[in-house]
Amino acid sequence: MIDALPLAVTLPLLGACAVTVSPAHARGLGLLAAVLTAASGVGVTAAVWSDGVLRVDLGGWGAPLGIALEADGLSAAFLVMANVVALAVSVYAGGYFKSESARHFWPLWLLLWSALNGLFLATDLFNLYVTLELLGLSAAALGALTGTREAVAANLRYLLVGLLGSMSYLLGVALVYAAYGVLDIGLVAEAIEPGPIAWTAMTLMIGGLILKAALFPMHFWLPPAHANAPAPVSAALSALVVKAAFYLALRLWLDVFAPVLNEAAANLLGILGAAAVVWGSWRALRADRLKLLAAYSTVAQMGYLFIAFPLLAATPPGLARDNLLAAVVLLALTHGFAKASFFLAAGMVQKTAGHDRIDELGGAAQALPAATFAIGLAGVALIGLPPSGTFLAKWMMLEQAMILGLWWWLFVMMVGTLLAAAYVFRVLSRAFNREPTPYRFVNDARTELPALLLGLIATFGLGIAAQPLWALLEQGAFG
Amino acid sequence: MTGQVLYAQLLYGGSGIVLVLLGLWSFLVHAPLLRKLIAINVMGAGVFHILVAIAYRGIDTAPDPVPHALVLTGIVVAVSATALALAFGKRLDQ
Amino acid sequence: MIRPLEHILIPVGLIAVGGLLGWSFFLAVTGEAGERLAAVALAHVPDSGVSNPVTSVLLNFRAYDTLLELAVLLAALLGIWSLGTAGSGFQPAASVLDGMVAGFVPLLILSAGYMLWVGAYAPGGAFQAGALLGAAGVMLALAGHRNAGLPSEGRLRLLVALGVFVFAMTGLLLMVVGDGFLTYPRGLAKWLILIIETAATLSIGATLAAAYLGGRPAAHPKSGEAT
Repeated sequence: MIDALPLAVTLPLLGACAVTVSPAHARGLGLLAAVLTAASGVGVTAAVWSDGVLRVDLGGWGAPLGIALEADGLSAAFLVMANVVALAVSVYAGGYFKSESARHFWPLWLLLWSALNGLFLATDLFNLYVTLELLGLSAAALGALTGTREAVAANLRYLLVGLLGSMSYLLGVALVYAAYGVLDIGLVAEAIEPGPIAWTAMTLMIGGLILKAALFPMHFWLPPAHANAPAPVSAALSALVVKAAFYLALRLWLDVFAPVLNEAAANLLGILGAAAVVWGSWRALRADRLKLLAAYSTVAQMGYLFIAFPLLAATPPGLARDNLLAAVVLLALTHGFAKASFFLAAGMVQKTAGHDRIDELGGAAQALPAATFAIGLAGVALIGLPPSGTFLAKWMMLEQAMILGLWWWLFVMMVGTLLAAAYVFRVLSRAFNREPTPYRFVNDARTELPALLLGLIATFGLGIAAQPLWALLEQGAFG
Repeated sequence: MTGQVLYAQLLYGGSGIVLVLLGLWSFLVHAPLLRKLIAINVMGAGVFHILVAIAYRGIDTAPDPVPHALVLTGIVVAVSATALALAFGKRLDQ
Repeated sequence: MIRPLEHILIPVGLIAVGGLLGWSFFLAVTGEAGERLAAVALAHVPDSGVSNPVTSVLLNFRAYDTLLELAVLLAALLGIWSLGTAGSGFQPAASVLDGMVAGFVPLLILSAGYMLWVGAYAPGGAFQAGALLGAAGVMLALAGHRNAGLPSEGRLRLLVALGVFVFAMTGLLLMVVGDGFLTYPRGLAKWLILIIETAATLSIGATLAAAYLGGRPAAHPKSGEAT
């Protein structure tokens, strides 16, 4: 009997052990573990797709005494995105990190991956705290791998902010356990009642998570931390790690605190999201470095995700709400693929040019057609042009906002889209000046192809073939 | 629940809340890394205090082992995070 | 001078937060949760392979938490190692301190072994034992032993990964033979827990001592002695 759920968490753990013990073979062992882990993650999603919600009671005790892992449509959707992106990042990292840095990258990276899979599959509030800490510690350590002063300082701040966020979350968990006596998400949801306890716990837990998800104005730590990390790490941090915090906030919102929600809280999250969209896009437009631009764009894109909360709260259960939820998930997944593609390609440009100052990139970007094309594809998805997944998702969110008569969200999303178009074209315009035509489309397959593939998935895969996501979310996420 | 148990839970849990607030205050107000780290650990101690307080069920009843285990796990996590943050700080001092 | 943020806004905010927390906590403990998980956990302790309830929760009911927590410890050490090499350490200790350390370290190791064993039926267990081992390492480092008594880098790497490896492998093997991930068969539970705890103790002790050194071991470590 092989359960895929524990495999998705333990395979990267065992890989991390192997790489720790045998650093001389870090790259080979690391890539092997990456392939196996990605296979198990995709396997879980495939199983949810065909058989419905999967649940495994670890230790055989079952809730409330034991801990369970569960994959429903929502976890499966994030899981498959995370594992595909992480595999692409791994392939890229295989070429990016040389001997000494590879020894440090691989074990931490596999631990981070294990935390991601663990977080998407967890059903226990305290277990989620442990996965959050594993995620935060390994992410901060990876972000500082370049060893520059800015990177270390930025990631130390990230670490401290992350610790504050986890502490707030843990305090919320302690209150929940004190009041309801259980930690399993499903059992807490059954026991919870509107009142000061539920309110305080929700504020503490979701508050801690939006600190980790870098929602405006708690985004201050993100741009320096993501912009100074090595390229594959930036891709993972921006595409996956902040997304994990968002996933958990959404999960708590939908599954745990559903009975105690009110519109004020949803509107507050929405307003912060709107501010993030405008401020993040504006700063991205003004950024002088390519990776800083990408990092501010992440702040803006996280904002869109939080605008969904007031829309979800205002929509009565039914088809419209299911569609809205699927649109939000689609937006998060597309951003995951697109931003990873953007950062990977930007890393290639930076490596070739020796810097990433946007105003001086012209020749370097033009000499790398594949990387520039990947940036272009990712840009299409970041702006939300058809046929990207973002286009479909934003369209459905706009439509729902109009139906509800909440036109101000519509306005914010339009402004964000225009600003995104401006900052993407600002980068691309530099790549088309009068340099001689390059000979080759692809210059370094191992680093450019992953970026290109992720960009293609974001722009074409998720846009044209979004239907399967709805079918996947049918498995326990709608309702 | 007897009054005495409730009294002990409120006293210890209340002290835990005070510790959390003190830690949070110090974290927000002080800039040096070491003070921030100590502040985070004081906050952590406060949260663990609260968990231990709710585990108490009277002088001659076995306490609830679940929060005790959570606290042990939490302590190890806090130690790990503190050690990593100190190494970051040391690197910045070089 | 009064700084409005630091002297007014933050304290007032914190008092409000404190009030809310206190109120919620009061309602939570006076509410109807009552037993919480205590009764169900204590009822299952006899099935867990150990008789200490806290060890039952840590190594059996919620063993998966403990596995991930060992991973957190490993991540912290790997992060520390990625930031640079360890410093040159402390001056070798004078004879009095050295003699005291020479006496205490074996005692600490002995107590760690006792802690590990006693954890099955009384307060104690892998973490307490690992902490004692780590303390022995710290003591050696303070007395000028450059590598805190830790072995060479190759063996040290083996030691720090041992806990996660044994834990995860045990879980997977149990799954493969059909019991389910980390589901111990009734008769074997005690021994499996002891094996996992022994590996965890060694890992925790080595990790804590290595973390105290504050960097990865020097490329060509001299033998543990600094004299």
